[in-house]
Amino acid sequence: MPAVSKGDGMRGLAVFISDIRNCKSKEAEIKRINKELANIRSKFKGDKALDGYSKKKYVCKLLFIFLLGHDIDFGHMEAVNLLSSNKYTEKQIGYLFISVLVNSNSELIRLINNAIKNDLSSRNPTFMCLALHCIANVGSREMAEAFAGEIPRILVAGDTMDSVKQSAALCLLRLYKASPDLVLMGEWTSRVVHLLNDQHMGVVTAAISLITCLSSKNPDEFKTCVSLAVSRLSRIVSSASTDLQDYTYYFVPAPWLSCKLLRLLQCYPPPEDGAVKGRLVECLETILNKAQEPPKSKKVQHSNAKNAILFEAISLIIHYDSEPNLLVRACNQLGQFLQHRETNLRYLALESMCTLASSEFSHEAVKTHIETVINALKTERDVSVRQRAADLLYAMCDRSNAKQIVAEMLSYLETADYSIREEMVLKVAILAEKYAVDYSWYVDTILNLIRIAGDYVSEEVWYRVIQIVINRDDVQGYAAKTVFEALQAPACHENMVKVGGYILGEFGNLIAGDPRSSPLVQFNLLHSKFHLCSVPTRALLLSAYIKFINLFPETKATIQEVLRSDSQIRNSDVELQQRAVEYLKLSSIASTDVLATVLEEMPPFPERESSILAKLKKKKGPGAVSVELEDGKERGELNGGGDRGGDAAIAASNASTPSPSADLLGLRSAAPVSGATPSAGSLLVDVFSEAGPAATSAGVNDDGFLSALHAPEASDSPLVEGPGDSDSAPPTAASEDPAPPLPESDELLNKFVCKNNGVLFENQLLQIGIKSEYRQNLGRMYLFYGNKTSVQFVSFNTTVSCPGELQSQLNVQTKTVEPLVEGGAQVQQVINIECLTDFIDAPLLNIKFRYGGALQNISLKLPVTINKFFQPTEMAAADFFQRWKQLSQPQQEAQKIFKASHGMDTEVLKAKLLGLGTALLENVDPNPENYVCAGVIQTKAQQVGCLLRLEPNAQAQPGEQMYRLTLRSSKDTVSQRVCDLLAEQF
Amino acid sequence: MIKFLLMVNKQGQTRLSKYYEQVDIEKRPSLETDVVKRCLSRKKEECSFVEYKDFKLVYRQYAALFIVVGISDTENELSIYELVHNFVEVLDKYFSRVVTQIMFNLDKVHIIIDEIIQNGHIVETNKNRILAPLLALDKMAEAH
Repeated sequence: MPAVSKGDGMRGLAVFISDIRNCKSKEAEIKRINKELANIRSKFKGDKALDGYSKKKYVCKLLFIFLLGHDIDFGHMEAVNLLSSNKYTEKQIGYLFISVLVNSNSELIRLINNAIKNDLSSRNPTFMCLALHCIANVGSREMAEAFAGEIPRILVAGDTMDSVKQSAALCLLRLYKASPDLVLMGEWTSRVVHLLNDQHMGVVTAAISLITCLSSKNPDEFKTCVSLAVSRLSRIVSSASTDLQDYTYYFVPAPWLSCKLLRLLQCYPPPEDGAVKGRLVECLETILNKAQEPPKSKKVQHSNAKNAILFEAISLIIHYDSEPNLLVRACNQLGQFLQHRETNLRYLALESMCTLASSEFSHEAVKTHIETVINALKTERDVSVRQRAADLLYAMCDRSNAKQIVAEMLSYLETADYSIREEMVLKVAILAEKYAVDYSWYVDTILNLIRIAGDYVSEEVWYRVIQIVINRDDVQGYAAKTVFEALQAPACHENMVKVGGYILGEFGNLIAGDPRSSPLVQFNLLHSKFHLCSVPTRALLLSAYIKFINLFPETKATIQEVLRSDSQIRNSDVELQQRAVEYLKLSSIASTDVLATVLEEMPPFPERESSILAKLKKKKGPGAVSVELEDGKERGELNGGGDRGGDAAIAASNASTPSPSADLLGLRSAAPVSGATPSAGSLLVDVFSEAGPAATSAGVNDDGFLSALHAPEASDSPLVEGPGDSDSAPPTAASEDPAPPLPESDELLNKFVCKNNGVLFENQLLQIGIKSEYRQNLGRMYLFYGNKTSVQFVSFNTTVSCPGELQSQLNVQTKTVEPLVEGGAQVQQVINIECLTDFIDAPLLNIKFRYGGALQNISLKLPVTINKFFQPTEMAAADFFQRWKQLSQPQQEAQKIFKASHGMDTEVLKAKLLGLGTALLENVDPNPENYVCAGVIQTKAQQVGCLLRLEPNAQAQPGEQMYRLTLRSSKDTVSQRVCDLLAEQF
Repeated sequence: MIKFLLMVNKQGQTRLSKYYEQVDIEKRPSLETDVVKRCLSRKKEECSFVEYKDFKLVYRQYAALFIVVGISDTENELSIYELVHNFVEVLDKYFSRVVTQIMFNLDKVHIIIDEIIQNGHIVETNKNRILAPLLALDKMAEAH
């Protein structure tokens, strides 16, 4: 080996590098670099033409500076000049610089292409290789256009040197990935496949990557590669350890090539040709046999290389899933690895076995290793290995070992790493449900889960236990007894209080016979937890209390007392206050019969697959592994009807429209009461409007809290029970739609015409909440972006734009948000809005981020509508009519007659009209059925007075109910726009 | 496929990086810091494969030098683990003291890597052939 001279004779470079390395601080380093950059710049700009050597030296320095992490914005031209040098070292530095520093879009590509063309036709193999490397590294479309035709020719030509063939193969692969339309294999296909037979192992190694990629895209065209790959593999596997000379690595013949051949075969089903198949099975058996032979070397490299092939062979065996004998042997081999002292092997064995567990041939064989796996879960020092063990336990679980596995997972949970707890909880919940033979075991398991890892028990889990208890009357008494006992603990988790509250509220009567759990004892127990709980839980408890009044009339006085207390009836939280007021009223005015109807036991939930499974799949993120193993078999043991609506259910609950289905109270049946109760202000509106379908999209009531409470029902609501969701509900995966606003964005916009706060958008990944306030012609909007996943969003970026003439009508300012949104976190963005003059369009909000590598790109309309700038104006009847007459020119009026999409509930209508921003004028219209409103729209340029009249024909049959809406204002565009907006609201 | 290869010292400074998937230059330092943090913090008895975002990291330590390779799930972890060793053996064969020498010969290390991995795929594993271009180069330099 020749002595390596420092820096290849470039002394200046060596000195510079030494300087940098001797810098004591970052500042010193930056200073030294800036000095050097100035020097290089002046040299490049100088009058004296630089010779090749100097150019090379300076380009090298720039490269070094870049690799230290500094930006380089010049020198590209000098690097391009180096390409045409005839000296290898200069050319090579030029190519190196370009490969590292020029991205696909550079304008220099044309110049670079010319130099490459010259080198490709030079017939000098080293120059050709440099050029091919460069094409592969840059890989732009222009390069593909220039060279995609040429490279296959070089690749298969008989007189091409081996090293050039290798580079050509991978270069072509890159071009194919970047621009598949430009790489037409057609005539070359068969000759490329035959590269698998090439004498030179290096050529095969390079070609196989290309062939694997092409095969996975066009399996039929390339299927001849199967027999060639098998024979190549067979020759390698059966060769003696020294046959392949330099391609032998620690006595293992061509380990990397073997892995790649086995990987290529995984693109295809088992070979149909008996001879080929026989030969392949022989290979696989030989590989398995070799694992049992004594090692030829004690070096870890030897066993690693051997095992790399072994794992790849096992992957192929699992992929074929048709050779029981091989599957069982593979399983036994992995079983040995489970106890190996190399952590790497244990990790890989657990991972590989996880897929093996799903094969019917090897499921039983995998199960025999249960003790080892449980032991791994307990003793492995590396969390990622423990995680694999937990995955495997989940995969190997069936009815025969469910109790053991669930018990082990539960006990592991007590000490489990925080990072995997949530997933473990989901898995335990799923297994417990799936393999429950008796429901008392199921209830015990879930309550244990809450006790041990309450913080990690998501809503889906505790919703689910409630659904199951409600649907199975044989477990209700046991559940009531168990939660009652669990609640005795002085400190119990809030989730336990929720489950306890719900279950006792429904089935407390089943244990009330025992004096130790008499109604009052139950109530006092629940109420003792009340003050420690969060608002949603308290709300749930209040509902449980009103249910108690129905179940146990003797508790009525006590509970009414509680409801009446200032801390409830004047609670600062409107939801709690509202519940207290309504429940108190309900319990005092409704007769026992009415109460019994309203507060009847919850009807069974529609039977469907647990949404927990969907949650688990979602948690696994885009790089999901096989969690669906048993989806096919033994599914839905507990809830017979096992359709796979999980995804759809999640999607529906994400849709965030408040579901019309019942609250705890079953408000649907409460409809008659709502009529009986004198309307007590607008507060009541939202609860009672739930009674009818009117509120479904009115959205008067989707503050986060209520929708949270509705979620368990929502995810099981009949809404998603469409006939189509029997098998595979289409994944509602985040769209990769380009920037145009989502089709539903107009609808979303309409939801916000009459309200300022709520959830604007929600999909499986992201939730966007809005809070906004307006004053005069100014508005401020808070956007809350919530990451619903456990994986961080990167490159998170939002922009607000005003398309077209909106630019001159609205002034919108915003600050950028942090580019990183951690899993489960929420970021806030403030948008300031100034209305310059009246407008029609809405600003566009575009959100881009990467989730697990995939770019998400969502555009929405920001709900800024002209009515937000209304100032209400109170006026007497006489004033109103006078102004109405003043605005009598035809263009000042806009009118629409339209069918009612929702019911004509007075309070709902009033709430909407107030939400519009206008003043609702009483006693103005001679017809009391009609509504009139007045307001002034404030813009910077002018104020626009606006009068409104809405005439319903409430007497008509439902379905034929119509409205006539008339708008008059001093500006025609305003009349028209407000009229259009409002017409969508009823 | 192989997504990137990093050579990092014990202090977490990147000595060499090679990307086979487009990653914006300004985003590389933060990616590297994050990746290195995950590998450097691991103990000897922990396994050499780390799940990171939607891909895996394979890392191997040589005295003060860490080599980290990011791979997609279509690669075989152990074979990459040994590929790293093969690469180090090539460096070892060529340079006498790997750790300090690579700093002064980044161009040569790049040539070596380019002989082993091209655009994310293994292209050559034969040590002699990997070194052949570099040796030819040295010969030309000597002739001058």
